[in-house]
Amino acid sequence: MTAPADAPVTTDAIPTMTVTLKILRFDPDGLDGREPGTEYWEEFQIEAHATDRVLDALHMIKWEQDGTLAFRRSCAHGVCGSDAMRINARNRLACKTLLKDLNPAKPIMVEPIKGLPVEKDLIVDMEPFFASYREIMPFLMTSGPTPERERLQSPEDRERYDDTTKCILCAACTTSCPVFWTDGQYFGPQAIVGAHRFIFDSRDEGEWDRLEILNDKAGVWKCRTAFNCTEACPRGIEVTKAISEVKHALNTGEI
Amino acid sequence: MATEHEFDVVIVGAGGAGMRAALESSQRAKTAVITKLYPTRSHTGAAQGGMAAALANVEDDNAEWHTFDTIKGGDYLVDQDAAEILCNEAIDAVLDLEKMGLPFNRTPEGRVDQRRFGGHTRNHGEAAVRRACYAADRTGHMILQTLYQQCIKQEVEFFNEFYVLDLILDGDPQAAGEDGEVAAAGVVAYSLQTGEVHTFRAKSVIFATGGAGKVFKTTSNAHTLTGDGMGIALRAGIPLEDMEFFQFHPTGLAGLGILLSEAARGEGGILRNSEGERFMERYAPTIKDLAPRDMVARAMANEVREGRGCGPHKDYVLLDLTHLEPSHIDEKLPDITEFARTYLGVEPYTEPVPVYPTAHYAMGGIPTNVQGEVLRDNTHVVKGLYAAGECACVSVHGANRLGTNSLLDINVFGRRAGIAAAEYAVATAETPALPADASAQIEGLVASLRETVGGEGTERVAQIRKELQETMDRNVQVFRTAESLAEAHAVVKDLQERYKAIAIHDRGTRFNTDLLEAIELGFLLELSEVVIAGAEARKESRGGHYREDFPTRDDENFMQHTMAYKRADGTVDLDWKPVVVTKYQPMERKY
Repeated sequence: MTAPADAPVTTDAIPTMTVTLKILRFDPDGLDGREPGTEYWEEFQIEAHATDRVLDALHMIKWEQDGTLAFRRSCAHGVCGSDAMRINARNRLACKTLLKDLNPAKPIMVEPIKGLPVEKDLIVDMEPFFASYREIMPFLMTSGPTPERERLQSPEDRERYDDTTKCILCAACTTSCPVFWTDGQYFGPQAIVGAHRFIFDSRDEGEWDRLEILNDKAGVWKCRTAFNCTEACPRGIEVTKAISEVKHALNTGEI
Repeated sequence: MATEHEFDVVIVGAGGAGMRAALESSQRAKTAVITKLYPTRSHTGAAQGGMAAALANVEDDNAEWHTFDTIKGGDYLVDQDAAEILCNEAIDAVLDLEKMGLPFNRTPEGRVDQRRFGGHTRNHGEAAVRRACYAADRTGHMILQTLYQQCIKQEVEFFNEFYVLDLILDGDPQAAGEDGEVAAAGVVAYSLQTGEVHTFRAKSVIFATGGAGKVFKTTSNAHTLTGDGMGIALRAGIPLEDMEFFQFHPTGLAGLGILLSEAARGEGGILRNSEGERFMERYAPTIKDLAPRDMVARAMANEVREGRGCGPHKDYVLLDLTHLEPSHIDEKLPDITEFARTYLGVEPYTEPVPVYPTAHYAMGGIPTNVQGEVLRDNTHVVKGLYAAGECACVSVHGANRLGTNSLLDINVFGRRAGIAAAEYAVATAETPALPADASAQIEGLVASLRETVGGEGTERVAQIRKELQETMDRNVQVFRTAESLAEAHAVVKDLQERYKAIAIHDRGTRFNTDLLEAIELGFLLELSEVVIAGAEARKESRGGHYREDFPTRDDENFMQHTMAYKRADGTVDLDWKPVVVTKYQPMERKY
């Protein structure tokens, strides 16, 4: 029973290649003679398929070469938002980035996302990011008695905020934003996306509470329309467009 | 942070079941949610197609038809009282989520839209019925987000990236007997951020830790789904029910196992073999591609085995969506078609997608009654201990879960467990005391694993896990025999021995995910043995468990649940528990 002919095998015929990854490490414990908090680059070589994900490459390193390498991951197909990292100077999900899309002839540079405190290797402290999300009151606000059946919403009204419901809170957008990197106060694009999802939901009555928060000095006017966030979003959300719709609502008083 | 905590209710896990429980519990009692992952990373978020409820928004439907389908779909191993509750409370469960803000797709009249799904039928099998409430193909994502948003609103207290490793009980579940009492006292958790071990005293504990799909290699499950909650319960002397029943979802991306929702077939997608034949017409003439998952997965594996597979190795079949309008695909199935493009480079508008069954869902788990109370044998509960969601077994899924019934399960029984746990805590005057050495065992485990760094251990966690997953895929998947199970059993026993000689790399305290993976592997090895033991004992074929050497269902001998106990000496013993039958007598399962 070691290798029955009917076992599914689909990668047999695909040749492997040698891929180099250069990873920005951060050692909080100070092991192997390092000072605690040492940051350093380390290079690894692996044998991989072109269709492997960067996450697969990181696993090969962790599982076969260096178990101390730390990164977050869970679903491994782009829906849980755990593994946002900076890959070749662009924010991406490691599980949604295939080696063949990266020019594997050159070393692949992997760093933690920027602007949040690094905890260990590719793991950052997400708490400031989630604090900004909580700030914009990301929950349906309604008044009056609760209806017996569902609240009605037309397909058109449902479509109005569809794009921003896709957000997986991975922080790729916020940590790609040059304003977020330099301005410790700015909520960042994700919080605005999170607010947009409710502001443009016809069932919600808290839109002006949220718009007031976003009108604050830490809010939407900090955005300089660099478009980094839209490029970074692994869910294809038009982040900059959502931000401009929020700006428009504030400017015109209309939703 | 102090390392000793006290709450009325402690919930372990922050997926759909855990957070649904937290919304109830935190309104009634002081509640903490302890979770290995940030809540929004939980695998509920990967569920795609929908949540079943007989809303009858788009065509005639009722909860009784849903109940019948659930019982028949589960091949008559479903506890029928639990199924009635599931289907009756489904309607409010969906409406509650809508009121919380969940952005369901809508009908032209503005009501929650519904679509077809496998095994859900009109009037006891006449034709497929539109029962699945959905939000595009990211229904689970929207449920997880909405529940998390409500937890923010209610200021639920989370302990994120705390890995619960031990359940503290007052009393021994295997020695208490008829008259003895066993009660929950709290849990012990390892903080990934600091490496410290924390204790949580509590009147009530709810386990909502999700599945164990990582016992298999080809799986739709997240890396983190290592059956921790089931494993902790087993080690604490609590039985696990029906663990031999594992669902293999028909449409995993070939070679990868990434899930492509059954909604693809609900929206009109067709499975084809190498001859282009719609082969499900032969296996389920009435509802064809929308037969229950166990039947479709077996049919696919059979097509491949008989030489009608596709591709260079003839080892998968094709999911054909090319006859659907691209705009319809974009509207109803945007995520899964994106998966096909990203991971296989296939354009579903114009090319059929290679698919093969992927390990998806544990029907079995920690046995509970319909209030979510955990059973320590066939009849007695552990006071103050609850379980809900995939880690639990109520049993509403029996031998095969219907698609869209798991998102329903987490909402209905998560809610019930949350209410029951809080009410029990409110009615209990004293928080149980923890023994002085409550955390000693886990501190010892962590320390001993750290000490393996640079030591004499020769075994690697990743290698053992790989061998485990490969043997489970090869021997315990869609088709099983006495020989394949015996081989898997022997391999697992051997791997358990080798596990004792592992060495890890990381001796650090902060975010030591190397150590975490070693502990997770321990659970996988124990649970695999339970899965295999149940499969060996069940000499019949029922639902997701198919024995080629016993190819028919045997109601006379096996219309009962397995209850697997881990004894102090490490052996696994099996007992049996009757199925609750209300009004549905077993009949032949044809579609």
